[in-house]
Amino acid sequence: MENLAFTQEVKPPNTQKGPVKWLKDNLFSTWYNSILTCLGLVILFFVFKSVFTWVFTQANWKVIPANLQILSIGSYPLEQIWRVSSVIYGLAVLLGLSAGIWNGLTRQITVAIGCIGAIILLLPFHISVREHALIANVIIAVCFAIGRDRDNWKRWVVIGWVLSFPWTMIMLHGFGADTVTTTNWGGLLLTLILAAIGILACFPLGVLLALGRRSQLPAIRWVSTIYIETVRGVPLITLLFMGSLLLPIFMPGDFQLDKVIRAMVVLTLFSAAYMAENVRGGLQAIPPGQVEAAQAVGLTYPKTMLFIDLPQALRSVIPAIVGQFIALFKDTSLVSVVGLLDLLGIGRSILGNPDWQGLQPEVYLFIAVIYFIFCYAMSFVSQKVEADLGIGKH
Amino acid sequence: MAENENTTNDPIIICEDVHKWFDDFHVLKGITTTFKKGEKAVICGPSGSGKSTFIRTINHLEEHQRGTIIVDGIELSNDLRNINLIRQEVGMVFQQFNLFPHLTNLKNITLGPIQVRKMSKSAAEEAALALLERMDIADQAYKYPAEISGGQQQRVAIARALAMEPKIMLFDEPTSALDPEMISEVLDVMRELAHSGMTMLVVTHEMGFAREVADRIMFFDEGVVIEEAAPADFFDNPQHERTKLFISQTLQH
Ligand SMILES: Nc1ncnc2c1ncn2[C@@H]1O[C@H](COP(=O)(O)OP(=O)(O)OP(=O)(O)O)[C@@H](O)[C@H]1O
Ligand SMILES: [Mg+2]
Repeated sequence: MENLAFTQEVKPPNTQKGPVKWLKDNLFSTWYNSILTCLGLVILFFVFKSVFTWVFTQANWKVIPANLQILSIGSYPLEQIWRVSSVIYGLAVLLGLSAGIWNGLTRQITVAIGCIGAIILLLPFHISVREHALIANVIIAVCFAIGRDRDNWKRWVVIGWVLSFPWTMIMLHGFGADTVTTTNWGGLLLTLILAAIGILACFPLGVLLALGRRSQLPAIRWVSTIYIETVRGVPLITLLFMGSLLLPIFMPGDFQLDKVIRAMVVLTLFSAAYMAENVRGGLQAIPPGQVEAAQAVGLTYPKTMLFIDLPQALRSVIPAIVGQFIALFKDTSLVSVVGLLDLLGIGRSILGNPDWQGLQPEVYLFIAVIYFIFCYAMSFVSQKVEADLGIGKH
Repeated sequence: MAENENTTNDPIIICEDVHKWFDDFHVLKGITTTFKKGEKAVICGPSGSGKSTFIRTINHLEEHQRGTIIVDGIELSNDLRNINLIRQEVGMVFQQFNLFPHLTNLKNITLGPIQVRKMSKSAAEEAALALLERMDIADQAYKYPAEISGGQQQRVAIARALAMEPKIMLFDEPTSALDPEMISEVLDVMRELAHSGMTMLVVTHEMGFAREVADRIMFFDEGVVIEEAAPADFFDNPQHERTKLFISQTLQH
């Protein structure tokens, strides 16, 4: 007890911080680490030097601006381009309003998308593209300001998002004399549509399959298991070929399913199987006591799933789910094997043009950067979501 | 120690020859007993004797395979509607608390009333705050379970069960996972609950609590009730060798 009298506030040891300390701790802590650090610096220097000299002095970047239009929208007719802009501006309105009304997650997503807009604005794109990016970002900002704290708009914005899908498809497709058939859709536009539809559809389907595989009813369990294992056992390319060659044979009469829709369906069904396994992993990690406690207060099975199991399972597998989304985004590049011209497919067709022969490094590097920007944005949002939900804390 | 002032003569749980097997393992070997409205029964016995399994059959977390269980006039069968009705009458508190970690303490409590009893959100929250007040942890309402102590978590769990306004409360070793200094805060609220007239079935090794609160102590061994008596008789005049051994072992601590 008398020890208490001598108790003083003690500072935690070694609170020194700063770059010098960091360097010393991480890069020069021992003599061999110092050597490795220096060696690494030398290698990095030469790599960067050759990359920079190639990018800024040797590469022929003319190929990009000259083909920017088909890279972004394929052979979508120019006089119909207002359809694409109106879709983008419509989504910008919804995005801005959502970011204003809801906090956290939606705001993070909006910031990520706004950043993409800003990057496009700063890159040496054609002036009309940069104009679009600027206008979209301004719309987002204005709608954000308008939507701030308007709780009673929530329902309308949700309805707006739901309607935005048919709206996008109808707007892009057009009607009557102005129809733009999906054969003209291409480039980044097609990549984004395939990825967005795939991501949004494979998620609920995957959750249902995961629940099905854990179902008490043998019939549902078997069907789900067989589906998941079959799809995971076949390469996506094979499925895409089957979708484009076999499906028409089984279709009745001269009913023709659109090529783009077929690719969408295959991508969705493929990703759903992987999504299901991710979600199932999360469900399995939930201690049985959680379900017992939910049952003890009288929650029915569907409500236990909805309020107890799924929220916990999904938040614990967010990294895996986002990984799946990113994989799906990149997998859309495989649709070129069935004759669709997505971003990568357009890139290839440009290189087939004699004018641009030998420019593979430039074109592929540009496409890689575009893929990277979108994939990194998804990863960034997922990290923010995890931080927001306090994962690892409660 | 005498018959509790709240106990009536109306039966509320009737068990007739209840049997339970886990695969080939016979866990409950014919339990026949009746609990009266307002009765406090303490269940004790060695590890693996079937105490948890028995109280879990009463809200059908475990299914019994022979015999009948009637709770508040409703027979437990495989009919899902009956099971859900009974679960609304019977609250349960677990050894490991089993709070929902992704919900605040308040939402842990209001989930059942809103989703099962169809209460409005505001009414459910008001009732939940009153319960937290009664458990003496009103200031923890908006924290998450991981942010409060074990004793506080168990009191949130008790509030969660009480929010459904059950007629019967089941406790499965509610203090066994707690540090010694937190046991008494949980026993205090259980004592208060007992005085309010709740019917309680408590599996516990807290013999002081049993002596003070119980109307009846049931001693389980290998799936049968080998002795049951009022606390005074049970502790001072045990009949069975197994019971004597158990009492001498637990009272040593
Ligand atoms: N789900 C299960 N599957 C198979 N055996 C089980 C299961 N649950 C319990 N048992 C077995 O049934 C017996 C009784 O278990 P129970 O949990 O009812 O004992 P208990 O009296 O509560 O013991 P404790 O004091 O350790 O909690 C034990 O031998 C246990 O191993
Ligand atoms: Mg037990």
